[in-house]
Amino acid sequence: MKLLRTIAVRTFVGLAVGGLGFLLVLPVVSLLVRTSPGELLTRLGRPEIRQALLLSLETSLLATVLVLLLGLPAAYLMASRQFPGKRIVEVLFDLPMVIPPTVAGLILLLTFGRAGLLGKSLGVWGVSLPFTTAAVVMAQAFMAAPFFLGPVRAGFTTVEHRYREVAATLGAGEFYSFFRVMLPLSLPSVLAGTAMACARALGEFGATITFAGNLPGVTQTMPLAVYVEMQHDLGAAITLSVLLILLSFGLLLALRYGQSRVR
Amino acid sequence: MKRSRSVVTIVSAISVLVGSSSRSAAQRTTTLTVFAAASLTEPFTRLGKNFEAAHPGTTIRFNFTGSQQLVLQIQQGAKADVFASADERWMETANDSGLVEGEPVVFARNELVVIVPVANPSGIKRLQDLARAGVKLVIAADVVPVGRYTRQMLDKLSSQPGFGAKYGQQALANVASYEENVKGIVAKVQLGEADAGVVYRSDATGSVASQLTTLEIPEAANVIASYPIAVVRGAASPVLAKAFVELVESATGQESLKKAGFMAVQPAVQPSQ
Repeated sequence: MKLLRTIAVRTFVGLAVGGLGFLLVLPVVSLLVRTSPGELLTRLGRPEIRQALLLSLETSLLATVLVLLLGLPAAYLMASRQFPGKRIVEVLFDLPMVIPPTVAGLILLLTFGRAGLLGKSLGVWGVSLPFTTAAVVMAQAFMAAPFFLGPVRAGFTTVEHRYREVAATLGAGEFYSFFRVMLPLSLPSVLAGTAMACARALGEFGATITFAGNLPGVTQTMPLAVYVEMQHDLGAAITLSVLLILLSFGLLLALRYGQSRVR
Repeated sequence: MKRSRSVVTIVSAISVLVGSSSRSAAQRTTTLTVFAAASLTEPFTRLGKNFEAAHPGTTIRFNFTGSQQLVLQIQQGAKADVFASADERWMETANDSGLVEGEPVVFARNELVVIVPVANPSGIKRLQDLARAGVKLVIAADVVPVGRYTRQMLDKLSSQPGFGAKYGQQALANVASYEENVKGIVAKVQLGEADAGVVYRSDATGSVASQLTTLEIPEAANVIASYPIAVVRGAASPVLAKAFVELVESATGQESLKKAGFMAVQPAVQPSQ
């Protein structure tokens, strides 16, 4: 009976892992076997592909910096303070993770667009965001923020109170103890959040095409280029897809190594 | 006690499921799947209701998106009974890959118009204004039929009196975004984010008409899109598929299309190769 159960459990686990491999790993493999490295390198020289690659790197890096600057204080406050309505704020911060990206793009338009709530006043200063590279960065930061806030908030929460209290009794101000105690102790979480946010920004599509549009060299990032190229030049679309996967893979792998170092 | 109640719930849930499925089997509903260009959304939805009323037990399911996406989906094995394209090139592609049955037939035509938001922030009054510096123009990407027609139209205008040879180039330099389908252009103009867009006349009618001002393009420079329709090879219900194509070509179908801003084609003609 016990043996039977062990066999059943093992079969199930085997099937489940195999199924997951089918679903997650096989598509990546099938993409990689379709292109030879030589082809990849030649296509890399094409201006429209290089343009999309550079724009993607630039915008997702800027978006990550933006998320880091705006997100670090927010994550710290959320982890260290209690205030009424905290749950609601937490849910609001998580929301971009679950709403459809097109919806995100639409609400960004309705807010920062030329006819939008805030955009109208921006227009007075001669600032118009839609269809600009800045709009791409905003769309990416909007979608990526929860991927940073989640792990970092959790990281800050797990730093024991005692450490902060000890720092305080030794006369450290909150500012000092944040940089000398909290941040070093939760560095793995901050790294994880940063890498995840960067990867999410790199892959952003729906909010970008809705809020920033699609113009090569200005707002056409790699995911947008994949979508457009897929309809007339499959080779270019595949090249861009391979690049995106390699970049994201490299980023997440670097994170793993970085984390084990810091620990 | 608790457990027995949940057992009762599960049993009754199962019986409801079984009951409903056997009931629907008795009714024998057939589903007709129609893949149609995004610009056909309004007239086809209306015709679909007519069709369901005329064929009891039939449910019609639409997939509206860019013609190029539809061809891609059918090529990749999506199940469709009817394919209606917004241009002849994509129908030819479908025909050449053996995706459709018999000869495609052109059932409607559509022409280009320029749309401007009612508020008209950049004061666009005539087509010449599209080439003025600082105007935010939104058109469709090259791979989308309407995007290709737009470029042809701008080219033609450049050789018209009163436009200047550089007109097309200057207008293209004003493009703020190459949208992936025509509805994306309408939305950005409707929201007032773009100063102007180029779409099919049929996209500027209906519920959005009140938020848009339409500028006409002279006949000599306009590009007319032809819409071909065909039954998909290996359709699950070829008889119904043929009936739907006939409805689109009928007087009722043509009336619906006209109401939606299309130019009717009567009698239906074969597409030029």
